[in-house]
Amino acid sequence: MSQIKSVSGRAVPVRGNDIDTDRIIPARFLRCVTFEGLGEHAFEDDRAQDKSKGKVHPFDDARFAGSKVLVGNSNFGCGSSREHAPQAIYRWGVRAIVAVSYSEIFYGNTVAMGLPCVHVSVADSEAIQSLVESDPSLEVVVDLDAQEVKVGGKVFPGTVPSGPRQQFLTGSWDATSELVAGRDAVKDVAARLPYIRAFA
Amino acid sequence: MGQTLYDKVFDAHVVRKLPSGQYQLFIGLHMIHEVTSPQAFEMLRDRNLPVPHPERTVATVDHIVPTEDQSRPYKDDLAEQMMVAIEKNTKEFGIRLYQPGSGKQGVVHIVAPELGLTQPGMTVACGDSHTATHGAFGAIAFGIGTSQVRDVLATQTLSMGRLKVRRIEVNGKLGTGVYAKDVILHILRKLTAKGGVGFAYEFAGSAIEAMSMEERMTVCNMAIEGGARCGYVNPDRTTFEYLKGREFAPQGAAWDRAVAWWKSQASDADASYADVVRIRAEDIEPTVTWGISPDQAIGVAEAIPEASSFPEAERPNIEEAYEYMGVKPGQPLAGTKVDVVFIGSCTNGRISDLREAARVATLHGGKVPAGVKAFVVPGSEQVKREAEAEGLHRVFLEHGFEWRQAGCSMCLAMNPDKLSGRQISASTSNRNFKGRQGSPSGRTLLLSPAMAAVAALEGKVSDVRQILSKESQR
Repeated sequence: MSQIKSVSGRAVPVRGNDIDTDRIIPARFLRCVTFEGLGEHAFEDDRAQDKSKGKVHPFDDARFAGSKVLVGNSNFGCGSSREHAPQAIYRWGVRAIVAVSYSEIFYGNTVAMGLPCVHVSVADSEAIQSLVESDPSLEVVVDLDAQEVKVGGKVFPGTVPSGPRQQFLTGSWDATSELVAGRDAVKDVAARLPYIRAFA
Repeated sequence: MGQTLYDKVFDAHVVRKLPSGQYQLFIGLHMIHEVTSPQAFEMLRDRNLPVPHPERTVATVDHIVPTEDQSRPYKDDLAEQMMVAIEKNTKEFGIRLYQPGSGKQGVVHIVAPELGLTQPGMTVACGDSHTATHGAFGAIAFGIGTSQVRDVLATQTLSMGRLKVRRIEVNGKLGTGVYAKDVILHILRKLTAKGGVGFAYEFAGSAIEAMSMEERMTVCNMAIEGGARCGYVNPDRTTFEYLKGREFAPQGAAWDRAVAWWKSQASDADASYADVVRIRAEDIEPTVTWGISPDQAIGVAEAIPEASSFPEAERPNIEEAYEYMGVKPGQPLAGTKVDVVFIGSCTNGRISDLREAARVATLHGGKVPAGVKAFVVPGSEQVKREAEAEGLHRVFLEHGFEWRQAGCSMCLAMNPDKLSGRQISASTSNRNFKGRQGSPSGRTLLLSPAMAAVAALEGKVSDVRQILSKESQR
């Protein structure tokens, strides 16, 4: 599996705290048995609503087309556990997210998918959004090794909790094979939990 | 120094520390449903992985199930495809599936507790954020995504980090017309939708201890709306009494051993917490959300809050909520006209919820007015049977409510039950996000089943205490 040490590319700002997964991918698109095709529906209702008000959602804005980094604010991805949400963002083309904080379940999903999410301060999240809004051609470098986000000559601290960081850097973010390798230890744990043997 | 239940249960289920520093955690009970599992089974097939512990996974169908005509094939081809997929996947991998008509189908978070599958001291996972519900039993229960569903199926374990524990004490006595739903909405209001990120919530205090299991489930269910991946209540006599005699609960001599072990998993009196929050039960009013996040909640008698009463960073969200909901600060919430009333969901679709809604309807005595659609969706086939045996369905029908079949229904509107246009719903579910109930511009007010029943009969948000006071005058 591939190591992920850094992600570089242009960035798309998605402003707002508490952007929930219903907004990222509305429930009607969960009626599916594969994740394919979800990318085109990312933020579908928000995009339509902006359009109806004569505004352009960043995911519809030609200046941000082809972006690889999404820049959000606090509690990004809250709400439902649907992996369809990070899958939709990934399939739209995003390969890293920069935000202040993430919901726990969303974060777990992104690690398991190989989509690194880094934490920046409130002020820095807004500063990075402003920088890319004023110049969408700026290259953003999300460096997991150095724990930095570089934008047009400016450097912001961008942290990743040590466990997921190691998983990305060593290429073990898809945990399945490592978990399978622990199968003997799994048997030991099951053997000492009284409910597994129905308290017999 | 003592330990919390969270730490005891986590430690008991750690398989090993992974090279990354994350923990490999054993999952005692895994539940799956039709929405978040099909891709996981495809991944297993792609990687040629077996399911080593099929007996520790239980499947049911809830999200896409129609609540009116359940004949197969479903009219929605995509829903039918999802049903076919879970039937095929559970059969191929040897996993138990509770189908509609089995008598045991329903919302996964209602089914597992009522069958006695959820027990204290377990780790519980499901591809659904409201798995937090099961924490009511003193289990560590959390939602996961599809790739993690794959990991649990393939290994019965997950890669996880450890959470901090915040103890939330609710002390005192809840007033008349104040329910578990009001308690959790009040907590969300105080601690915000993101205040719990990084925490497990331990709900405690005399008001929580006095709650039934069903009420505790309502509280734990919405821990996730506060950002806490799991919430729990320490197991006690109420927990054990609820479990006794249920299909998958231990029997005979095993029962006594189980109770002893369950008691040992509860937080120690001298456990230390990362944070403690105390709330007075008397301060909690019947609570209703006015905005687009579950923490945007106020007492029914209050006015929509001014943006200036929130921290500056939150104000853009508050302005967005005013605009989406079509409300203005200072405007009263009571009296807001509603178009649709939904009573059900994993938050409030249990028998005690339906009993209270029916009791309020009887006390009120009126009928759902023309132009308002009100429907009651029992959380499971078992809840439906019980309600019908007690005649609750007749009460609802007489008062103009529709009586449906079990499922998630309009909580997230993946089945035919949806809002249209800018309709406003009074809903006993858990999320008032933009577009949540099936219309991209639909609006949701979250409230208790009793408050929902009055909203249906009055056609507007009303204070249930005015109806309940009739009872005390009798």
